[in-house]
Amino acid sequence: MTEKYNMPDARGHFGVYGGIFVAETLMPAIEELNTAYQHYMQDADFIAELDKDLQHYVGRPSPLYYAERWSQALGGAQIYLKREDLNHTGSHKINNTVGQALLAKRMGKTRIIAETGAGQHGVATATVAARLGLECVIYMGAVDVARQSLNVYRMKLLGAKVVAVESGSKTLKDALNEALRDWVTNIDNTFYIIGTVAGPHPYPAMVRDFQAILGREARAQCLAQTGKLPSALVACVGGGSNAMGLFYPFIDDAHVKLIGVEAAGDGVETGRHSAPLCAGRPGVLHGNRTYLMSDDDGEIIETHSISAGLDYPGVGPEHAWLKDSGRASYVNITDDEALGGFYALTRMEGIIPALESSHAMAYTLKLAPTMKKDDILIVNLSGRGDKDMQTMAKREGIEL
Amino acid sequence: MSRLAATFAELAQKNRKALIPFVTAGDPNPQFTVPLMHAMVSAGVDIIELGVPFSDPMADGPVIQRASERALAHHQSLRTTLAIATEFRKTNGHTPIVIMGYLNPVEVMGYEKFADAVHAAGIDGVLTVDLPPEEAQECTELLKTRDVAPIFLLAPNSSAARIAKMDSIGAGYLYYVSLKGVTGAGHLNAAEVETKLAEIRANTKLPIAVGFGVKDAQTAKTIANLGDGVVIGSALISEIEANLHSPAQAKEAIIELLTAMRQAMDN
Repeated sequence: MTEKYNMPDARGHFGVYGGIFVAETLMPAIEELNTAYQHYMQDADFIAELDKDLQHYVGRPSPLYYAERWSQALGGAQIYLKREDLNHTGSHKINNTVGQALLAKRMGKTRIIAETGAGQHGVATATVAARLGLECVIYMGAVDVARQSLNVYRMKLLGAKVVAVESGSKTLKDALNEALRDWVTNIDNTFYIIGTVAGPHPYPAMVRDFQAILGREARAQCLAQTGKLPSALVACVGGGSNAMGLFYPFIDDAHVKLIGVEAAGDGVETGRHSAPLCAGRPGVLHGNRTYLMSDDDGEIIETHSISAGLDYPGVGPEHAWLKDSGRASYVNITDDEALGGFYALTRMEGIIPALESSHAMAYTLKLAPTMKKDDILIVNLSGRGDKDMQTMAKREGIEL
Repeated sequence: MSRLAATFAELAQKNRKALIPFVTAGDPNPQFTVPLMHAMVSAGVDIIELGVPFSDPMADGPVIQRASERALAHHQSLRTTLAIATEFRKTNGHTPIVIMGYLNPVEVMGYEKFADAVHAAGIDGVLTVDLPPEEAQECTELLKTRDVAPIFLLAPNSSAARIAKMDSIGAGYLYYVSLKGVTGAGHLNAAEVETKLAEIRANTKLPIAVGFGVKDAQTAKTIANLGDGVVIGSALISEIEANLHSPAQAKEAIIELLTAMRQAMDN
């Protein structure tokens, strides 16, 4: 790449992907948000407030941890984990909600809404809403409400109203539909905090920009600790915000491989998966053009993954672009393989990863041994596994 | 002259307003829609909007969402919606049909194939809810060259600049959604509609259909005094939902409501 990477264009396009595909009723709100986002990202006072919160409230910078024992056991690349699991609320999600909530405050909005799948983004949103004293409504598919009851309770403790969405497949995509309906109805006082690098422009770029802090840190930490850049980056991809945050500051480093790991569920060949980049097709959903899981009639297909956070039929449009352009590659990991990654990190390094992040760990099990001993491999540990204790115990037949 | 232009010209001549029912294709079952369309024409409607069922109808309220879900349970799709239009056209050559839906089924079919299929099915207009003018250039060109009108939505918060944009890229009519929010929500405010319509008319010569919040003969009459057409959707679909045990009764109730609206609008 000779020219510096500068996606998206002014209207939010990453090649043919991205854009603004929303009903006219939402268009003025999108324009208002875009204007505010463009303005405040250049505003020194806003950036200073954001940096302060990221340091003192989120706990940044998060460590880049050398997983020495695991590296030796696998016998290949030297593995470094970006410890987003150590952030306040336990995942990378808070980097973005802190940013968007500050933006909401500057825009004079008094009410926050969000969608959530596993509940991590819902908790991260309820957290910042509580801190800023903003009304907060979280939309969550009824199926997810049932399987993530711990996070539902956390959100309620934080003062959020959790709405169980009963339409469609009752999961993340339906929660997103319902949040969009709320937004269009309450546009004047409401800010919609989208949790991933999807949705209409400016969300994919804005969420990436708020998450890029973790990639910038990782790049600087890697140089400081090892004196060189990594050979490859690995991160799990549902909507793809943790991966985009890690990849973005490395896009112009052409020799650094970018690898996104999608959820293959029961296996891509079974059709029961959440891997649109590996096994989907381009289309339009939730405000942007991207790879989607849809049938021959263009209806969205229900997805499957052991991790609720990856259980989504779309993916951020910038990932679609990075895939088509060949800059990043995308692989997939089944539920069973992800569990292998979960146990490996837990037993080898004493770190219990979230099931989402376990997909990245599982791919590391495959990739690291194929790399040279002087290769550096950075893996994003996007969240901690506390929220998954019930799911894991149930799988092991243990009653808590 | 296109069927849509001819319809509005004839209405203007008679000093009448267009009555435009919206129903979801294939709700509550695939056999229901074509006979209903013919019955609605007999009841005095001028244009028919057919909703294309979609798995994720983000801009619709619960009533139309459930209509989509009922139709999808019978595997209704964009293709079967076009088949319904084709069937209707066999015996009705004059009533304009507008299909209204979401972009993904169109993307998967491909724009050119879609434009050809829509034209072949005798469809007169296409309203794609999540395809704003900024992204619509390619699709609208393909439709216009086949004499199919791309129809765009206008909202209470659409600026004059946006209205002018819709005017330049749209055809057939503009569809003003008179409430913020999703389909089937709340009550409309006639004074607000009147003020906004004046602003819209200053920026376009296209006819303006008004929808969202039209529930009965009285609201239809109020809106008919302001716009060029009245769209009624959720209220009709509610009749289908209330009579799921008897689609025949649902049809009867819909015709009764439309007949009352027609009378109220013409007097």
